[in-house]
Amino acid sequence: MRQSPWAAAPRTLQLSAVALIALLLAACQPSSPAPTATAAPGQSAAGAAAAADAGELNLYTTREPGLVQPLLDAFTAETGLVVNTVFVRDGLPERLRAEGERSPADVLMTVDAGNLLDLVAGGHTRAIQSSVLDAAIPAQLRGEDGHWYALSLRDRVLYADKSLDLDSFTYEDLADPQWKGRVCMRSGQHPYNISLFAAMIAHHGVAATETWLRGVKANLARAAAGGDREVARDILGGICDIGIANAYYAGRMKNAPEGSEQRAWGDAIKVIRPVFSGAGTGGTHVNISGAAVARHAPNADNAVRLLEYLVSDQAQSLYARANYEYPVKAGVALDPVVESFGPLNIDPLPLTRVVENRRQASELVDRVGFDN
Amino acid sequence: MFAADPVPERAWQVAATLVALAMLGPLLALAWTAAQGSTGLWSHMGTYVLPHAARTTLALLVGVGALVAVLGTGSAWLVSAYDFPGRRLLSWAMLLPLAVPTYIVAYAYLDLLHPLGPVQGSLRALLGLEDPRDLRLPDIRSLGGAIVLLGFVLYPYVYLSTRAMFLTQAASLLEAARVLGVRRAALFVRVALPLARPAIAVGVALALLETLNDIGASEFLGVQTLTVAVYTTWITRSDLPGAAQIALAMLVIVVALIALERHGRRRQRYASTQRPRPIQPRRLHGGTALAALLLGLVPVLVGFVVPAVFLLWESIARLQLAGTVSPRLLGIAWNTVWLAALATVVTVALGLVVAWALRLAQARRRPRAAALNLRVACLGYALPGTVLAIGLLTPMAAFDAGAGELLRLLGQEPRMLLMGSTSALVLAYTLRFLAISAGSAEAGLARIPPALDQAARSLGRSSTGMLGAVHLPLLRPALAAAALLVFVDTMKELPATLMLRPMNFETLATWLYADAARGAYEEGVFAALLIVLVGLLPVILLARAGVTWAGSERTAA
Repeated sequence: MRQSPWAAAPRTLQLSAVALIALLLAACQPSSPAPTATAAPGQSAAGAAAAADAGELNLYTTREPGLVQPLLDAFTAETGLVVNTVFVRDGLPERLRAEGERSPADVLMTVDAGNLLDLVAGGHTRAIQSSVLDAAIPAQLRGEDGHWYALSLRDRVLYADKSLDLDSFTYEDLADPQWKGRVCMRSGQHPYNISLFAAMIAHHGVAATETWLRGVKANLARAAAGGDREVARDILGGICDIGIANAYYAGRMKNAPEGSEQRAWGDAIKVIRPVFSGAGTGGTHVNISGAAVARHAPNADNAVRLLEYLVSDQAQSLYARANYEYPVKAGVALDPVVESFGPLNIDPLPLTRVVENRRQASELVDRVGFDN
Repeated sequence: MFAADPVPERAWQVAATLVALAMLGPLLALAWTAAQGSTGLWSHMGTYVLPHAARTTLALLVGVGALVAVLGTGSAWLVSAYDFPGRRLLSWAMLLPLAVPTYIVAYAYLDLLHPLGPVQGSLRALLGLEDPRDLRLPDIRSLGGAIVLLGFVLYPYVYLSTRAMFLTQAASLLEAARVLGVRRAALFVRVALPLARPAIAVGVALALLETLNDIGASEFLGVQTLTVAVYTTWITRSDLPGAAQIALAMLVIVVALIALERHGRRRQRYASTQRPRPIQPRRLHGGTALAALLLGLVPVLVGFVVPAVFLLWESIARLQLAGTVSPRLLGIAWNTVWLAALATVVTVALGLVVAWALRLAQARRRPRAAALNLRVACLGYALPGTVLAIGLLTPMAAFDAGAGELLRLLGQEPRMLLMGSTSALVLAYTLRFLAISAGSAEAGLARIPPALDQAARSLGRSSTGMLGAVHLPLLRPALAAAALLVFVDTMKELPATLMLRPMNFETLATWLYADAARGAYEEGVFAALLIVLVGLLPVILLARAGVTWAGSERTAA
């Protein structure tokens, strides 16, 4: 439909519009990421050469490249397989749907259980079988059918002013009026918070969670905005005394070079792992980063190799030491700073329950005007 | 070239129609998505989200609109009507805030004004306080903070269009008003402002659409706009149909508002048969000259110098800490430049096609279809970048499916041609920013009296020959301004780039975002600084082109 008018078009079109096509084609880089073709500036020529020798795979990730790249570099060093990446923030499922069976994606990587399970539900993943993955990852942290795998754990914890006399905390305490005007938090609609609120719904029901959320809202010291690190920064700046954030940010800040701003923020806080109160629970809320093999993966074998590499001791220890996350694999050493946060007792609630409650959690955030 | 190659007018109309159809592609895809339905969305939205989000959005738009109108028109008048030492420098320095993405400005000011930042720090030192808890200033993470920041970054849209108006149109009317006894102080209100109204309207509309579709700064500052609601519906609740419904509803409102403004001045004509010439500025001396200079420096300082110096400072600090800059940045900067340059050429060319088609149709007094084409072509700017990108996915996939069949027929392996290519990015940028070039070209053409067309025709020029010989030289300032805006906007564009880009492909904006996404803004500071530096290039080019404005006008007149 698009091409037919062009053929019959008068000469003006060739001037004014077909010139556009020419320009576009001139700029067109092949979407199949053969790095041997016109290598984009900024693309490693060495990587391109290796790709031709040993094969490659394509990674679509919503995970920040700065956190994945060290792992991918180590993978390439070990296997010789080149990993082409595109970091997509929003719209990964939409892009995959549009690309359909022509999609070059092999591995899909996300930072939130909800996002990962959305990909599974959308039919963008395929089942794989790997005894390596099954042995490394506890059963509740992977899909029974091999459609998805958690690779690291991210616990959502309390940052508290170091001078506070406080060494244990429950998520429910956040709504306690004694914290009025003393709590900092990022947007309630952020997936990290939605995940926490969804777990709260699973534990206590919608009505109790709404009451709790109103209490937390009333305790906020400033607009629910910014990122998790701003919690530590604002505690040092005297805006608030406690706040909710992911633990690995604290690991990163406390490990930052002496004298840097980040280090000062990190040093101002202590990390307390809150738990859900109530019988039979008592755990800390944990989300995951994870991955799946794409349904139309052209290099599915290589994709499985990457996943298997990511649960190797070497990679899991990189997750722990470079990203300050919690490894999914038992027995991998933690970063010393993260270790100092104390033992992590994971909330036993299945991730699927959390994922189911996301929409309700998000609507609750709107209903109580958490971000307003 | 054009004179030797006469082109039937119908061809221009066909081309303009094709451009409009290309814009309709993603819109229809969005409408289709929206029609998939979303259960309970509107009752939830209506009860809990819209009242607050609509109020916030309205307050933000009114605030930013007022601020950019005052800053933009005021600064344009200042450097057009008065002469003082530093005026020439100031007249292009006013454009500098264009080079800084709003989310970077937001980050810079949060850092500077934070209790831990230098401003409150010095204040505490001055007051002899030690604990930041003893002094709490209003937080920039608020609606008021967002209005001020966005206003000081976006006013150049108004400045650019209004200044062009004062440069090319104002002199004769202002002199006539003076002769008729209007006091100098009243000239601005009684003559200059009404004269500049279309230009102000265009500039304010562009600034407000930027504001409305902004997501980075709004999210960072915690301002809950309707666009944030679109995101929440789509991302957090995985409800794309619902998000498309809200986005399209917003689009309808925006289009209605713009139509209302046009309707308000439908009877006004601004074409001048006079030789266009700038206002003779009044020479200021001594204290008044200094005051004028200082006043003019305020928007430049707030919108550009402070954040730019902050980035420079942070870059140096990072350099001392890390010791190196990623060598990839140079290649990434080059990606950004060529991509933005290509998108600018395509966007300006297509904008001109659409506007010229309307001009030709107006001459025949049958402008309906051509006007519709132009309005449709401008719709991409009224959507958030991500939403447009989502809409583009379906038509691009359809194109690739067709192309894949073609490749199969030719015995080749079918692959994606458009999806995940830089062409997809150029297409997205073009559709997104076509409003800027088409709007500028239309406004520029409206200032050229139809009598000129008739004269050119009677001298035997074809319609296309007339464009090359008469209109293009006169349009040069308008097109140069449009090119500048498209270039910097493309360079800063983030959401569509993130979604549509090829593998292993980075622009400065995506590189910066990669660090910002994990909360490490300061590590992206080199990329941020490079965005500002690359953004300076076209500003300087335009400033230099400004020198030749007078020349091109002389030859044209």
